[in-house]
Amino acid sequence: MAEFTLPANSVVKQGKLLEAPEGSTNIRRFIVYRYDPDSGENPRTDTYEVDLDSCGPMVLDALLKIKDQMDSTLSLRRSCREGICGSCSMNIDGANTLACTQSIAAIKGDVRVYPLPHQPVIKDLVSDLTNFYAQYASIEPWMKTDTATPPDRERLQSREDREKLDGLYECILCACCSTSCPSYWWNSERYLGPAALLNAYRWIVDSRDEATGERLDELEDPFKLYRCHTIMNCTKVCPKGLNPAKAIAETKKLLVQRKM
Amino acid sequence: MANDYKLIDHAYDVVIVGAGGAGLRATLGMAAAGLSTACITKVFPTRSHTVAAQGGMSASLGNMGPDTWQWHMYDTIKGSDWLGDQDAIEYMCREAVPAVIELEHYGVPFSRTEEGKIYQRPFGGMTTNFGEGTAQRTCAAADRTGHAILHTLYQQSLKHKAEFFIEYFAIDLIMVDGVCRGVVALDLATGELHRFRAHTVVLATGGCGRAYFSATSAHTCTGDGGGMVARAGLPLQDMEFVQFHPTGIYGAGVLITVLITEGVRGEGGYLTNSDGERFMERYAPNAKDLASRDVVSRSMTVEINEGRGVGPNKDHIHLHLEHLGAEVIDERLPGISESAEIFAGVDVTREPIPVLPTVHYNMGGIPTNYQGEVVTLKDGDPDSVVPGLMSIGEAACVSVHGANRLGSNSLLDIVVFGRAAALRAAEIIEPGMPHKPLAVDACDGIIEHLDRIRNASGSTGTAQIRNEMQRDMQKHAAVFRTGDSMQEGVEKMDRIFASFDDVGLSDRGLIWNTDLVETLELENLLLQAQTTIQSALNRTESRGGHAREDYPERDDENWMKHTLSWVDSQGRVSFDYRPVHMYTLSDECEVVPPKKRVY
Repeated sequence: MAEFTLPANSVVKQGKLLEAPEGSTNIRRFIVYRYDPDSGENPRTDTYEVDLDSCGPMVLDALLKIKDQMDSTLSLRRSCREGICGSCSMNIDGANTLACTQSIAAIKGDVRVYPLPHQPVIKDLVSDLTNFYAQYASIEPWMKTDTATPPDRERLQSREDREKLDGLYECILCACCSTSCPSYWWNSERYLGPAALLNAYRWIVDSRDEATGERLDELEDPFKLYRCHTIMNCTKVCPKGLNPAKAIAETKKLLVQRKM
Repeated sequence: MANDYKLIDHAYDVVIVGAGGAGLRATLGMAAAGLSTACITKVFPTRSHTVAAQGGMSASLGNMGPDTWQWHMYDTIKGSDWLGDQDAIEYMCREAVPAVIELEHYGVPFSRTEEGKIYQRPFGGMTTNFGEGTAQRTCAAADRTGHAILHTLYQQSLKHKAEFFIEYFAIDLIMVDGVCRGVVALDLATGELHRFRAHTVVLATGGCGRAYFSATSAHTCTGDGGGMVARAGLPLQDMEFVQFHPTGIYGAGVLITVLITEGVRGEGGYLTNSDGERFMERYAPNAKDLASRDVVSRSMTVEINEGRGVGPNKDHIHLHLEHLGAEVIDERLPGISESAEIFAGVDVTREPIPVLPTVHYNMGGIPTNYQGEVVTLKDGDPDSVVPGLMSIGEAACVSVHGANRLGSNSLLDIVVFGRAAALRAAEIIEPGMPHKPLAVDACDGIIEHLDRIRNASGSTGTAQIRNEMQRDMQKHAAVFRTGDSMQEGVEKMDRIFASFDDVGLSDRGLIWNTDLVETLELENLLLQAQTTIQSALNRTESRGGHAREDYPERDDENWMKHTLSWVDSQGRVSFDYRPVHMYTLSDECEVVPPKKRVY
């Protein structure tokens, strides 16, 4: 029989409260998901009071202030802190985004910070993206050509053809889109998800690539591609403003067109 | 105690540490050459800081007008303020053209000209005809060139089925009798230690910008390779040369330090002071806003110091691109428009961006020759190769950037020398050569060191020490430097370095213990902060990015030489020197003798 409650060891407990230092004037509460695999204990949420008057404007600034000044055991990925490396993707205030470009001021009330949904959690805000990366590799995201390249010149590409890559090549592989997709939650072992499909389309429309047919053949599958049900969460959350749902729709269109 | 840790063994022909542009280019080149290749990286490859490079990669393709690699070479030598090695600069500028064409063939989505060629934009210090005109030499993929190149190189690595060890933190080199025999790394996901044996280890670990408080560098730019080299008793080179990028975003009252590409000025943007004056015309009458970065950063600092900064505190400068029009901005500068909006609340089509010079790049690093091999001064030989060890990219000091790097020469550097290292490795290593056995205790010192830090229970947190180091460096080793201030900075850094003995960690876990990783990174940063500030105090002249108010002139007679600095476990620094290579590799170009550097 179907079980609709979490297993006992997965129930998220209430953790500790760390108060802001005395004299703090502009306190916000950050409720942060914690999971320590070494302890054998259930996940919990710890609450940290942060004085925003001595904190940068973004959620990442607050998380690093917590880590530096309140609790150095908190683990998260971060690197560029300017929205280009894709490390600090997480679920903030109920939506997937990058902590480094999510302003605290845009969030009302307590700030809830969780790892990306529906991925195995390694520790705290660090999720296991192995499957996500494997799916990216599976679409063979590299240039394929049969025609020899000119030996000492670049291939020519018109500005119009180059423009077709805009909105596609900018993907930072943060996984915000895929892990926000209910269809991906159900079928992530067989559905490639919006990020991999956006990248597949990036090569399909590149005028220099010569494996378009082969790439479409690979995607013509009830699960890999057609588990997209146009829910559009991917496009809603993409922190780079890309539109994976459109790339998927365009791919489906190409598959129909080539049968006509 | 060393027995408490299990070592998981691996053996490869080559091991690359770091998966930025340089590391990936070396990885795929070595894998393609048939060498068994492993790449160890502390972040997933596309998260490396190459991804943040914006403006482009220089190469004299001549797509926008006449250009030659000899002009590019001249500009790079002048940009380096004659501290660059001219053989290496020749190699880089000549190989630039095939390197960028190779990237296009790999699939980098470069912007295009009307004829469909790679689009090239002007950049600071890049000229035609040996300083006469403005060159359009910087190959761009909008203002996301680093992202485009890094992702493409990762894709090529996947194609070549290179082996990656992702989210592994390299701790130390295995050195036996002066030969590098491998590297020990920590698997973050499990806390297990891995011992990688290799005929050559390639350090492609990037710069150490995080030694400073205000840097465009990522949190992960902690100079781990430089730290490993210093602990191995090898020297670092020219560490006093730290580049301040003129245009980091100045946020409203808080430190933001997000980069705005020099490409903005390449496309016609300009700087103004509180009088609305385009002040660069006074400092660099010819090149104006496209003078070299050190020149522009100093000019901005003078304007602010003399009371002509903008804003309520007169503490920053305005960068204008409103006049370029929405169409040019959308096509060529979309990324920085987004950054300015997010981090400064500025609509760049309507108002200027508040900017400030910000630490950006380490010209110094691990000394190498132009084939990527690490060199040291040994028995009077300044070019003595350290067997089994290479270094490339920002981690290395080839030296092609000398005292000041030109914008768009770093994406070039990483690709050219990543490739050069792969070519050299293929020459000196036979695939599958047997490894000499390692002594059972070869890694004991490394493990003891790690164990000591993992269990450190002192009273000072890692973040506190790091913060003090960053503020000290920011204050005392800044755009302008004086002996007195640096002396004070050196004394403070000595105390901060010593305070690491009292470091304490809170996280005792094995799995994804970032408290531990940040402490190991801090140790690497501290070593390099020491060499940086002490090398700066030691060099009594002004050259490129090293500007001393008490020694305002360049002193070629005494200081046209590379600083070598050794730092020991107590933070004590000692110096020696290597000559600048004033020769070329071929007779297709001439040595450029030193002259006064004006833009």
